[in-house]
Amino acid sequence: MDATALLIASSLNAGTVLAIAALGLLINEKAGIVNLGAEGLMLCGALAGFAAVVHVGATGWGFLAGAAAGAVLSLVFGWLVIWLNTNQYATGLALSLFGAGFSAFAGIPYTQAKLPDQGMSAVPFLSELPFIGPALFRQHPMAYFAVFLTLALIWFLYRTRAGLVLRSVGESPESAHALGYPVRRIRLLAVVVGGALCGLAGAYVSTVYTPLWVEGMIAGKGWIALALTTFATWRPARVLLGAYLFGGLTMVQFHLQGMGVNVPSQVLTMLPYLATVVVLVLISRNPLWIRTNMPQSIGKPFYPGS
Amino acid sequence: MLRLEVRPQPSRAWSYASPVLALVVTVLIGIGLFMVLGKDPVRGLQVFFVEPVKSWYAVGELMVKATPLLIIGLGLAVCFRSNVWNIGAEGQFVIGAVCAGGVALMADKTTGPWILWAVLAAGVLGGMFWASLTAVLRDRFNANEILVSLMLVYVAVQVLNYLVYGPWKDPMGFNFPQTQTFEKAAQVPRLFTGSRVNMGLLLALAGVVAVWLYLFRTHSGFAQQVGGLAPAAARYAGFSSRRALWIALLLSGGMAGLAGALEVAGPIGQLTPHVPVGYGFAAIIVAFVGRLHPAGIVFSAVLMSMFYIGGELAQSRLGLPKAITGVFQGVLLFVLLACDTLIAYRVKWGSR
Amino acid sequence: MIDVRKRVWLKAAALSVVASAALLGCGKKEEAPAPAPTTEAPKAEPLKAAWIYVGPVGDAGWSFAHDLGRKAAEAHFGDQLQTTFVEAVPEGADAERVIRDLAQQGNKIIFATSFGYMEPMLKVAADFPDVKFEHATGYKTADNMRIYDASFYQDTYMAGIIAGSMTKTNTLGFVGSFPIPEVLRNINAYTLGALSVNPKVKVKVVWVNTWFDPPKESDAAQSLINQGADVLLQNTDSTAVLQTAEKNGKYAFGWDSDMSAFGPKAHLASAIADWGPYYIKAIEDVKNGTWQTTRTVWGVKEGLNDLIKINDVVPAEAKAKVEEVKAGLKAGTFEPFTGPIVDNSGKEVLAAGVQADQAWKDGINFFVKGVEGRVPSGK
Repeated sequence: MDATALLIASSLNAGTVLAIAALGLLINEKAGIVNLGAEGLMLCGALAGFAAVVHVGATGWGFLAGAAAGAVLSLVFGWLVIWLNTNQYATGLALSLFGAGFSAFAGIPYTQAKLPDQGMSAVPFLSELPFIGPALFRQHPMAYFAVFLTLALIWFLYRTRAGLVLRSVGESPESAHALGYPVRRIRLLAVVVGGALCGLAGAYVSTVYTPLWVEGMIAGKGWIALALTTFATWRPARVLLGAYLFGGLTMVQFHLQGMGVNVPSQVLTMLPYLATVVVLVLISRNPLWIRTNMPQSIGKPFYPGS
Repeated sequence: MLRLEVRPQPSRAWSYASPVLALVVTVLIGIGLFMVLGKDPVRGLQVFFVEPVKSWYAVGELMVKATPLLIIGLGLAVCFRSNVWNIGAEGQFVIGAVCAGGVALMADKTTGPWILWAVLAAGVLGGMFWASLTAVLRDRFNANEILVSLMLVYVAVQVLNYLVYGPWKDPMGFNFPQTQTFEKAAQVPRLFTGSRVNMGLLLALAGVVAVWLYLFRTHSGFAQQVGGLAPAAARYAGFSSRRALWIALLLSGGMAGLAGALEVAGPIGQLTPHVPVGYGFAAIIVAFVGRLHPAGIVFSAVLMSMFYIGGELAQSRLGLPKAITGVFQGVLLFVLLACDTLIAYRVKWGSR
Repeated sequence: MIDVRKRVWLKAAALSVVASAALLGCGKKEEAPAPAPTTEAPKAEPLKAAWIYVGPVGDAGWSFAHDLGRKAAEAHFGDQLQTTFVEAVPEGADAERVIRDLAQQGNKIIFATSFGYMEPMLKVAADFPDVKFEHATGYKTADNMRIYDASFYQDTYMAGIIAGSMTKTNTLGFVGSFPIPEVLRNINAYTLGALSVNPKVKVKVVWVNTWFDPPKESDAAQSLINQGADVLLQNTDSTAVLQTAEKNGKYAFGWDSDMSAFGPKAHLASAIADWGPYYIKAIEDVKNGTWQTTRTVWGVKEGLNDLIKINDVVPAEAKAKVEEVKAGLKAGTFEPFTGPIVDNSGKEVLAAGVQADQAWKDGINFFVKGVEGRVPSGK
C-alpha cells in the first residue's frame, strides 16, 4: 500500500511539469496559435530560473525569471507569427532549435553550480491522513498551483466574458475582428501568457525537480506537453489528468523494472509515447468530436485587412 | 516609424534573396558573438566557412555530412509543400537504418555485390513503412501527423536499442551493444580513395533531379502542391487529398529511410545505438532554408553541414563550446523566417 | 521576370565570391607571418595531445573526470605539453572526422574516452602510423592503438560494504544506464560487497537507457525509493540521483567525481576515477619512446579508482572493512570477485576459492544472487 501511495505522489510530481506547460500551450491554442517552440521555451525558462536562484537565492525568483524568459521569447515568436504572419509551425520549430542552442550556450557557466536544498514540503494536517496523505499532500506548492491553474482556467474560459472573447478569437478571428475586437493583440497576449507558463514549468524542473542545470535537461517534455493539449481535446481538466497519466506512466515503467518484471526495458521506455499515440488516435477518430473541440483557426494566419 | 505594407504580389526577387540576407544577418550576429566571447571574428568565420572546404578531404567530409541532410530534405520539401507536416523524419531514418542493417547482417563473405541494392531497398521500404503508420493514423483517424510522427521517433529509437542490445548484438562483441560490422559487399562503395565520399552522394544528386522533375514537370507533383497551397481549389479540381497525404508521407519516409541506410552501410558500417544523430530534425531547417526547392536544398544542406563541421572545428581550434552550432542553426532559421516577410510585405518609412 | 531572377542570383553569387575571397585572403594573411627566427637555444617543441569526450565537460561525471585528468597532465608537464579537447562528440560517423582532424593538426597522442569511438579510431589509426591512439573501455587494438580502462567495480564493492551497513530496509537501489558488461560488473560488485556485511540485503535495478538525463535519473531514483530502497548507487553521470536521495532523506553515493556538495546529508561516499596518473604515464611513454600496444586496466592499486569522502555517519566497522579492502586491493591480494559466486538463477558461475581473471570479469552477462530481476537482453 505504501509503495502505491508513493507511486501516486511521484506521478503527481512528474505530471505537474507537464501540466503547467500544457496549460500554457492550451491558452495559445485556444487563441488559434500553435507554438511548437515549447521545448525551447522550457529550456530557456529552466536556465533563467536556475541562474536567478544561483544569484539571488529564493526559489520564487527562479519561477519569476523562468516565466519572464518564456514571456520574452514568446513575444518574439508572437510578433513573427501574428504581425508578420510567418508560418506558425516553422517559426515554432525555429524557436525550439534556437532555445535549445541558446540555453546550452548561455548555461555553460552554470553547469557545476548547485542550489540550496529544498527538503520535502507537506500540507500540515492533511499529509498525515492514511494513504491519501502521502499520496496527495506531500507535494511542492507548484503541484497545488497546477491544480489551481486548471480550475482558474476553466473558470476564465467558460465563465468570463474575456474567456469567451479569447475562444471566439480562436474559433473565427475574422468574426471577432468584425465585431471590433483587437484580435492580434488578444492573440499576442495569449501567446505571451502561454509562453510564460512554459518558462515557469521549465524553471520548476531546474530549481525543484532536479535542482541542477545541464544542457538539454528538458529532454522532450515540451513536445509531450504539446501532445497533451490535443490528447485532452483542449479542455483544461483533461490536460491536468493527461499530465498525471503521462507522469504516472514514466514512474510505473521504473516501478515495473524494479519489481523484476521481465519485459525488455526498451519496451517499457516506449510505453508513454505509444500511449500518447493511442490516445491521440482514439480522440481524433471522431471528426465531429475534434471539430467541436478544436479551435478552428489553429495554425492559420490572420490578416486583419481581408 | 517603420511599417509593413502588403505587396500586391509576393516578390519573386525577395524569395531568392531572403535566404541570402538571412545568412548575412546570421553571419553578422556570429561576428558579434565571437567578439563578445573574446575570439577573433575573422578566425571564427574562417573556421566555419573556409576550413570545411580547404582541402579535397575536407570537401569530401562536407559531402558526407550533407548527403543525408540533402536526401531527407528533398523528401521533406515535397511533404511540406503538400502541407503535410512530417516532423518524424528522424524516426523514419532510424527504422530505415534498422531494416537496411537487418539485410546487411544476412550477408556473409560469399555474398555478391547485389546485396547492396537489397540493403538500400530495405532502407527505403523501412522508412516508408514507418511513415505509413503516421499516414494511416491520419487518414483513418484524423490524428495529427505532427504529434504522431514525433512520438514514433521515440518509439523507433527504442526499437533500435532493443535490437542492438538484444537479438542483433554481435556475439563476439563482449556484450557491447552493437552489431557486427557489415561485410564489404554490403557496404556502400566509396567514390575516391582517401575520402569517405560514397555512392550516396550520387544518389542524392540524382534525387535532386528526380524531385525537381516530379514537383515541376509532372501532373502528380503539381496536384501535390495545389493540395498544399489551396486545398479547396484542389478539391474542385478533383485532386485527391488522401492520395496527396500518402504520397507525401511515403516519399519523405522512403527518402529518410534511404538516408538511414546510406549512413549505416556507409560511414558507420554497423548498427549501434548512436545511429540517430538528429539529421531528421536538421533536415527540416535544410528544407526551409532551401525554400522547399530542390536546388535551394542543395545549398542549404551544404550550408548546414558547414555549421556542423565548423562547430566541431571551432572547439579544437578556438576553444568555443559545442553549443555554438545550435545557436547558429537556430538563429539562421529565425532570421530566415523574419526575412521571409519581405516577400509578402514592403517596408516603408513614414506615418500612416 | 526571368531577368530579375537572374539578376538576383548573379548578385548573390557575386557577393558570395567576394566574401569568400575576402575570407580566404584574410585567412592567408593571418598564417603568413613565419615563426620569428630565434637566436636562443632551440626549446623542445611541446608535445601535442588531444582528448575527445562523449559528453559536455561540465557534466560533473564521466567527461568531467577525464578533463580533470587532462588538466593534471597539463600541470605536470607544463610548457612541454600542449593539450586540446573536443567535447560532446557523438559516437558515430562524426567521431572519425574529429579524430582525423586532431591527428592532422599535429597531435601525437589522442585519447578517446568512450566505447563508441572504437571503430572510428581504428580507421583513423590505420592512416596515421606515427600518431598514438588510446581508447578507453574498448577491446580492439592496432600497432599504434591501445586500450585503457578503470576498475570501477572495486569502488562499487566498497560502496556495497557501506551500503550494506547503512541500510535499514535491507533494500538497495541501483540506477543503471545501459546493460553493458561494465555496468553489470559494477552492480554485481555492489551486491557482493553489501552481502559480505549483511546477508539479508537485496538490490533492485532500474535502467534509464541513457548516460545522462537528470529528470529521468531523478524519476528512477524516486521509483527505487518508493519501492523501499534506502541507499542508492548509480552508473549515470549527473547529480540527480544523489539530490533525489537527499530530498527524500535517504542515502546515495557520488559517481565519477566528488559529489558531496550536492547532497550533504545523503552523500555516503563518492566512487571516483582519477585519470591524471594514467594520462601522465601515457604521455611519458610517448616522450620516452616506450609506448607499446597493451591493454591497461588500472584500479585502486594504481591510484586510478578510489572511494572517497566517506561520511562520518558510516559506522566504524564498515569504515574499517573498507580500509581493509582498500589495502588488499592496493597490495593486489584482494579480488572482489572471488568464488563461490552464484548467479541469481542459482547457477554457480565461479568456483569456491577462485579469484576471477580479467576475461571472466569482461564477460559478465548475469546478475549475482541478491539482485532482483534478469539482465535485459531481449532473449
